[in-house]
Amino acid sequence: MSLSYTQIRFLIGFAQIRKICLFLAILSASFFAIPLQAQEADVQAGKKLFNSNCAACHKLNKKAVGPALKGVSAKYDREWLYSWIKNSSAMIKDGDPQAVAVWEEYNKVAMNAFPLLSNTDIDNILAYTDYIPPAPVASASSAQAIPVSSVSSTSNDLILAALALVFIMLVVMLFLVQKTLKRIAVASGVDVTPPVKEKRPPLWQVVAKNQFLIFLMVIGFLLSSAYFVYGYLMQIGIDQGYMPVQPIHYSHKIHSGANQIECKYCHSSARVSKHSGIPSLNVCMNCHKNIAEYNGEEDLDNGYTKDFYTKEIKKLYDAVGWDEDNQAYTGDTKPVKWVRIHNLPDFVYFNHAQHVQVGGVECQTCHGPVEEMEVMYQHSSLTMGWCINCHRETNVKVKDNGYYTKIHEELSKKYGVEKLTVAQMGGLECGKCHY
Amino acid sequence: MSTNKVYWKSVAQLDKKNDLVQKLEQNEFVDKIPVDEFLGDEKTMGESNTNRRDFLKYVGFSTAAASLAACEGPVIKSVPYVVQPEQIIPGIANYYATAIADGFDFRSILIKTREGRPIKVENNNEAPVLGDANARVHASILSMYDIKRLQGPKADGEDIVWSDFFSQVGAKLKAMAASEKPIVLLTQTFSSPTTQSVIEKFIVQYPNVSHVVYDTLSSSKALDAFENIYGFRALADYDFSKAETIVSIGADFLGDWQGGGYDCGYAKSRVPKKLNGKSKMSYHIQFESNMTLSGANADNRIPTNPSNQKKVIAQIYARLKGISLSTDLSSDYKKTIDKVVARLKKSKSKAVLVSGIEDVAVQEVVLAINAYLGSEVIDTAQPRLIRQGSNEAVDELIEDMQKGKVKGLITAGVNPSFTLPNANAFTSALSKLELSVAFALKEDETAAAAQFVAATPHYLESWGDYQFKKGHYALAQPTIRPLFDTKQFQDIILSLIGSNNSFYQEIKSNWSDNLLNGNSWNKTLHDGFLSSNQAMEYDEVSFDVSSQIKHLSKVSAPAMSLVLYPKTGMGDGQQANNPWLQEFPDPISRVSWDNYLTVAASDAESLGLKNVNVSDGALNGSYASISVENKTIVAPVLIQPGQAKGTVGMAFGYGEKRGLQEEMQVGVNAYPFYNNFNSVQEVTIKPAEGYHEFACVQLHNTLMGRGDIIKETTLEVFNTKDKDYWNPIPKVSKNHMEYEVTSPEVDMWQAFDRSVGHHFNLSIDLNSCTGCGACVIACHAENNVPVVGKQEIRKSRDMHWLRIDRYYSSEETFGGDGMTKENISGLGDSLTTFGEMEKASENPQVAFQPVMCQHCNHAPCETVCPVAASSHGRQGQNHMAYNRCVGTRYCANNCPYKVRRFNWFLYNKNDEFDYHMNNDLGRMVLNPDVVVRSRGVMEKCSMCIQMTQKTILDAKLEGRQIKDGDFKCACSDACSSGAMVFGDINDKSSRVSDLKKDKRMYHLLESVGTKPNVMYQTKVRNTDETLK
Repeated sequence: MSLSYTQIRFLIGFAQIRKICLFLAILSASFFAIPLQAQEADVQAGKKLFNSNCAACHKLNKKAVGPALKGVSAKYDREWLYSWIKNSSAMIKDGDPQAVAVWEEYNKVAMNAFPLLSNTDIDNILAYTDYIPPAPVASASSAQAIPVSSVSSTSNDLILAALALVFIMLVVMLFLVQKTLKRIAVASGVDVTPPVKEKRPPLWQVVAKNQFLIFLMVIGFLLSSAYFVYGYLMQIGIDQGYMPVQPIHYSHKIHSGANQIECKYCHSSARVSKHSGIPSLNVCMNCHKNIAEYNGEEDLDNGYTKDFYTKEIKKLYDAVGWDEDNQAYTGDTKPVKWVRIHNLPDFVYFNHAQHVQVGGVECQTCHGPVEEMEVMYQHSSLTMGWCINCHRETNVKVKDNGYYTKIHEELSKKYGVEKLTVAQMGGLECGKCHY
Repeated sequence: MSTNKVYWKSVAQLDKKNDLVQKLEQNEFVDKIPVDEFLGDEKTMGESNTNRRDFLKYVGFSTAAASLAACEGPVIKSVPYVVQPEQIIPGIANYYATAIADGFDFRSILIKTREGRPIKVENNNEAPVLGDANARVHASILSMYDIKRLQGPKADGEDIVWSDFFSQVGAKLKAMAASEKPIVLLTQTFSSPTTQSVIEKFIVQYPNVSHVVYDTLSSSKALDAFENIYGFRALADYDFSKAETIVSIGADFLGDWQGGGYDCGYAKSRVPKKLNGKSKMSYHIQFESNMTLSGANADNRIPTNPSNQKKVIAQIYARLKGISLSTDLSSDYKKTIDKVVARLKKSKSKAVLVSGIEDVAVQEVVLAINAYLGSEVIDTAQPRLIRQGSNEAVDELIEDMQKGKVKGLITAGVNPSFTLPNANAFTSALSKLELSVAFALKEDETAAAAQFVAATPHYLESWGDYQFKKGHYALAQPTIRPLFDTKQFQDIILSLIGSNNSFYQEIKSNWSDNLLNGNSWNKTLHDGFLSSNQAMEYDEVSFDVSSQIKHLSKVSAPAMSLVLYPKTGMGDGQQANNPWLQEFPDPISRVSWDNYLTVAASDAESLGLKNVNVSDGALNGSYASISVENKTIVAPVLIQPGQAKGTVGMAFGYGEKRGLQEEMQVGVNAYPFYNNFNSVQEVTIKPAEGYHEFACVQLHNTLMGRGDIIKETTLEVFNTKDKDYWNPIPKVSKNHMEYEVTSPEVDMWQAFDRSVGHHFNLSIDLNSCTGCGACVIACHAENNVPVVGKQEIRKSRDMHWLRIDRYYSSEETFGGDGMTKENISGLGDSLTTFGEMEKASENPQVAFQPVMCQHCNHAPCETVCPVAASSHGRQGQNHMAYNRCVGTRYCANNCPYKVRRFNWFLYNKNDEFDYHMNNDLGRMVLNPDVVVRSRGVMEKCSMCIQMTQKTILDAKLEGRQIKDGDFKCACSDACSSGAMVFGDINDKSSRVSDLKKDKRMYHLLESVGTKPNVMYQTKVRNTDETLK
């Protein structure tokens, strides 16, 4: 016992020592990082400016609408760059040979003029485009987080293993104690053979003979099995949690969560039609013409690396027939066969426009926290009881809707309420959804 | 007490010594059960590894596996557009204005499309002419999704590609043009200005080509008459809404006479309108031999054989002009003619006379009479151009083909190998030609005989422009990409003359050069029509018809005349492969899936022809052999009340075999009798062996004096008597006190307050309903009503949500029926008299009544449903939740109107019902907003709840109140005569709420107390009761 205790103490102490070491390491790393950060000051400002002004058409390492900008300051004279960025079309007009060459290379599409950028701003942008991140040192700070958390999880495992060991040792010890006691008893002549008990019928026989008990048990058995069978049958065809693998790993978490894109930007027909619609691929290309690679956060636990996401974007390009190198559509399309998640039976009529546009219901009310879903799944049960429940509890949104003014006034007078629920408006009638 | 009586089954049993008897007494079965055969084979049984227990295990396992597998939901794929067209939003319908012009039906219409597929035809209410679709036009959408359509060009029966088609046909055309061999282009009436110019260009390039127009059902004589008098080949147009007196002599102008489409105007003049304190409506008298829609709607109908019709028209002319003319007409006729002439003289310019007799002289007299009356109804300045065919030209062509004068034939839109009276001679001449090209939609008789078959697209996949009548143009645009590898006739002709233009470009340039006159092309295409007051100008027109009159007054009558006619559902038969039209019950005979010989009851009796109802009520008719000249056909007989004695009738459009699915190959072909393109032929009828099984949906034809089904009165009574006299509310007795059935005192139901929100009502005016049946097909299309086939219809399992009941009077008028019923006294009298009342009169009055679910506020069906599948909505609709229905059919039994329909079988994806719902192409016509019902559930009219809900949602989305006229259902929307009016009675300004208060309003079987939301307007007839 005391041994294992010290063992644990030792282990905990070990972990603490590790932690202290790591803390020291972080301290020293950040200490070294200070001069580096000072040097990067204009790079950071440049990054900001780049993202707000240039990123729509330029990328660092790849051709987009305009050329890749990595190391662009080395290619051209700084003064030339100043005037080009401030007003490129004027230069082309004046017949600057370099300017005309660039203009012609990019299908004679002139670059927007940025007269508001100062020379310092441009210096900052160029500093950013020239900047090569000092990979090994800078990544230390992000790498540190991982061992710390892994130490704590290792120590938990260790504790559990130690406890298990203790228990096993206790069992062994008890066994040994009993054996020793027996030996002592034999040695001291004590009779340890248990007294012969009067033979009583086993429990099952007693139960079997009691008819009332059997009756109760049978009833209980039948009721409980009926409960489970009913439960099983009732979930048939209800695909709550249905999370199929889609042909393209589309992450609502990234689009709707991280990037805050409005649901109805892509599912635009939800506003006017009964279908919310799976967006056509040209809608994707509104953004993905420029976003060719993923640069957001990674989820390494699930293997969602930047590379993984970028590959998914390539799948989109393949389907829509987008030639990245030439920045043009090839016309060779492969429509994506998505697996449909929310399936209502044919005999149910559901209209998105009625709920989303007229009723003002948030998409999340039925579809759940879509903005947190890495993989889309069916959040609600979509059963009739679920629909009806909401119709009973939700008030009709009548404000500023000319259709409702008269009917709402009359009905609320009739029912003596201030606000009418969907049910009171007739939203429970069979024929409203079944035809 | 026991007896020693012996019961015996046969005498042999009494003989105890009989071996056989003893043996049979011992054995349960006469023959030994061959158990040994399958169990006695020791060897096989021994070698088998499967014993009984294993077998049971396998059965158990496979059942469990199957049921477990069934619990797994299917994986459904959704494929969005790669680039979504801007106009298409999934779930939202788009409408396109276009036009149908198939040579028989010419109409401006709207097409409803969903996700790019056309699903329904609707009336183009803005079009000033021919904007109302009839039953065939409504059904034509399904003909596009016909699996029997040609899917690509063919040469000598083999599939070829278009480039080969062009090179081969082009080479032949060039060779024949070089050697000046005559080629004839035989087409339907296109009445299309741009097609005309394309054909002219074709003829310029190939001068050996001449153009002949052939109308399957000819109006050539009327065209000739118009040409003789006005010098221009066209048909007079009529606006019956202006008419006060309508005299029709053999013209079924509510049917397909001269292109049809007159019911809309006619119905307007038929509703009694208050004028100086007195209600007025038009007077319509019909002389005819077959019972037609026009005759059924007439105030007085005089059954008249075709030769007497000619005499009547001559006599009317003579009497109007004051010329003396002797005819051998009976004194009854003379009295009738006196009255007709008096009315014509009185109404003068508000009178019109029309005739369907195919005779130039008659048609000239008609024009002369209308000109003499100064009729405002007839329009000769803007005549109709939708029939162009010439009998002489077609006859000449056939003769030339047989003589070998014509070396090549190109047909487009026609099927002469089926529709010509001498089709066989034509086909054999066709097969001998050097070049034969058929432009066809399906592989019909002509296409099968031609060397080259050019597969043409359906009109909904084509461009087109038409001039329906002088100054009135229509544009047709494709509503879907061609489903098959097809090319339009005009496009092919343009390619053959080496033009780089498509027909679309031709139309556009032709219109902008010649027709638009500053109007916008886009707006015209959007509207689908362009109308101007451009009119014909005639020089001095002379109407000297005196010689014609003399000739007409002396025609002799054959013993029996056959009068051929097009059926409302089938027309000329080009849509014979359309299951909706096959199952559409004829408005008059109520028979579907057939044509037949209509015979008058007295003639049938003398000829020994019979109609019988077999044990389950279904109708059987004896066969008759029909001989015209040297041709004989055997056809079933239907005894038709109102058929003129000495005449029989038969419909075109049936009996085709080629290009038709086996199920649709019904009826007999009447075209062989259409000699000289005259629909009246001398005929001899003999009874033939056997009985024919009809699929007739109405087995009881008379009203039996029941005024609570159809309320009828005359204009005189309507004007002079109180409403309680001609439209009383039924009374019931409670505690020996009489109460009106609408009184709450005798209502056993608690009333539900329906004053808030919408409350839908449908009003059906029996005065303006002509029975045309457009609503029936529109309902089919809107509500995915299945087709069940002839055998099921015969078992009364028809699925029509909306039926149009047709009733005959058993006395001469329905009023007479009522009197007969009143006068019955005693049991014996009632038995015999009611028996007699089941027989329709020789010349009955006819009434049509569309009946759909009445959406009773106190619905008897709802209370008997054990699972509450049928329930009532606050908006007045009786809801039917199919997914809840378990199929007890209690509701159908408890429905007093018999409007509920039970799905006895699965009608979709079932090979036993191989109609449009059994193939992927046909299913494209289904309305995605309405569920396709499965087997074992009850279904019925929902009052188009999907449409009313859509209207409400649109208003909510736009945040506005709903105006009167926004609410529609498929039937009211299709009703061009305005008989059906649908709307919200809680909207006090709506038309339907006015109609609810109208004194003509009544409910069907009001005495039952069901308080329906469908109401009818009492039929008022302007009958002259002194006429017979």
